[in-house]
Amino acid sequence: MGKTIAEKIISSRAGRQVQAKDIVVVDVDVVMAQDGTGPLAVSQVEKMGFSKIKKPSSSILFIDHAAPSPRKELSNSHMVLRKFAQQTGAVVSDVGEGVCHQLLVEQYVCPGDVVIGADSHTCTSGALGAFATGMGSTDIAVGFALAQTWLMVPETIHINLQGTLPKGVFAKDIIIDLIGKITSDGATYKALEFSGSMLETMTIDDRFTISNMAVEAGAKTGLFPADQVTEAYLAERGRKKCFQEIKADADAAYVQTIDMDCSKLEPMVSKPHTVDNTVPVDQLDRISIDQVFLGSCTNGRLGDLALAAEILKGKKVASGIRLIVVPASREVYLKAIQKGIIEVLTQAGAAVMAPGCGPCVGVHEGILGDGEVCLSTQNRNFKGRMGNPDSYIYLCSPATAAWSAVKGYIADPREVWA
Amino acid sequence: MEQKKLKGNSFKFGDDISTDLIAPGRYFHLRSNLAELAKHVLEDADPQFAKKVKKGDFVVGGRNFGLGSSREHAPAIIKLAGVGAVLAKSFARIFFRNCINVGIPALICDTDQIDEQNLLEIDLSEGIIYNRSKDTQIQFNPLPPVMIKILSDGGLTEHIKKNKGFNL
Ligand code: SF4
Repeated sequence: MGKTIAEKIISSRAGRQVQAKDIVVVDVDVVMAQDGTGPLAVSQVEKMGFSKIKKPSSSILFIDHAAPSPRKELSNSHMVLRKFAQQTGAVVSDVGEGVCHQLLVEQYVCPGDVVIGADSHTCTSGALGAFATGMGSTDIAVGFALAQTWLMVPETIHINLQGTLPKGVFAKDIIIDLIGKITSDGATYKALEFSGSMLETMTIDDRFTISNMAVEAGAKTGLFPADQVTEAYLAERGRKKCFQEIKADADAAYVQTIDMDCSKLEPMVSKPHTVDNTVPVDQLDRISIDQVFLGSCTNGRLGDLALAAEILKGKKVASGIRLIVVPASREVYLKAIQKGIIEVLTQAGAAVMAPGCGPCVGVHEGILGDGEVCLSTQNRNFKGRMGNPDSYIYLCSPATAAWSAVKGYIADPREVWA
Repeated sequence: MEQKKLKGNSFKFGDDISTDLIAPGRYFHLRSNLAELAKHVLEDADPQFAKKVKKGDFVVGGRNFGLGSSREHAPAIIKLAGVGAVLAKSFARIFFRNCINVGIPALICDTDQIDEQNLLEIDLSEGIIYNRSKDTQIQFNPLPPVMIKILSDGGLTEHIKKNKGFNL
């Protein structure tokens, strides 16, 4: 019997051949926590009685959720992380570097790695062909101390992406549509594995967006094969050496296969307060918005900002709308400056923030007022997510976000190219 | 797992109770002060919950309890508030794992058979929930052996400390 990508990677790290449902202790290659989960992980490492960590150079603490810090309690938490790094040799990614998941794919993760992170969207790195999954602080503390974790080898749902996307429809629409179909817990304990002819035209940024949201269907990770697109991405960053080709065996066993004809897709929106509450944008009533957020680990990458700039060039954000833009990383930010994207967005009326999570998790930089509506390119719209349980979050692609910012209500981005 | 009986009243919640509802992001700054954060536990699902809950009571959810963020603070403050176990029809994966790691039982069962403020007695080793208010019994799925081991050691930190590594 052939193997899925998940089974292949876990077999290599467990040191024996495994299959779905096996429970194994595996070596992990990259371990991370962020400023919301890191302080608890640090104190758990100490409670377990460890003064050293196993692989300091691939143990990373990201200061991104509340960066720069909006209040002293969080500044103190940041100090805990910096001190731990000093003592153990772990790496700190400090204020201004960007969102953990973006930095992981840019700098740390290689195809074939097992990656664990104290952040649910750690599944993003699955786009590079790594088995990457989110866990809690105590699991991550063990990861820091021992460079090991235990896990159940997941069964895999195969997503076969065919066709090419129509104008105005993007990777974000694929994953929103898919989550609507799978539902918020339809893939619990399972891995999603993407393949199909569509991958040939898909950028690596698109893959990151899709893998990022695998957890919104309950999945453990969202895997793409590591192919020439992956290799080119790594080579651009001087990391070609860490490339290896990874793909599922032709006779791998899947629990389910979902065929998607991407040429039939429409721009999609997730309505409040769950991600699987999806609808094509043209079936929405006219929804007025107060704030638009372009950014996050889902859609704060260069291609996303460039697309928004293409739409916003020479236009203005509608009056009464706040457009908040947060590049996902310093690399993204610099390239967006060099390409004139930041200038276009700023002239259109955007408030551009330092790389990081921005307003995504309701800590700072755009908390919503009572009854307000935000249209966001992030991955989650749960009640209270953006800091106020009495507000409403709709999720969409960067194109839908940018065009809606111009119109002042949730609008169909296909109008841009009509 | 050791012979363990739990007794308390149920607090009923619906489907898709996210970690944002359990430990809201606006209290992000309290994450290093769990006792303070626990005063806001489940606040966005039931603003009065933290005031009403008593030691040993149960949080009873529907489908996909604990979806969303990996924040272990969510089950940690449920435990800190005195809750004896979390019951749901199904759990989100990371939350479920975090419950075991922090040492609070997370039990999968048909929670439609439990209403608000039912008196429950749970026998962890038998795998049975006795609903004393309705005079009924509900079975719950046994935990995987790995998790039973971690839970009976008192959580993952204690397990690792005791064994100087994994002993699963
Ligand atoms: S951008 Fe949002 S979803 Fe992504 S890591 Fe930050 S808070 Fe989490």
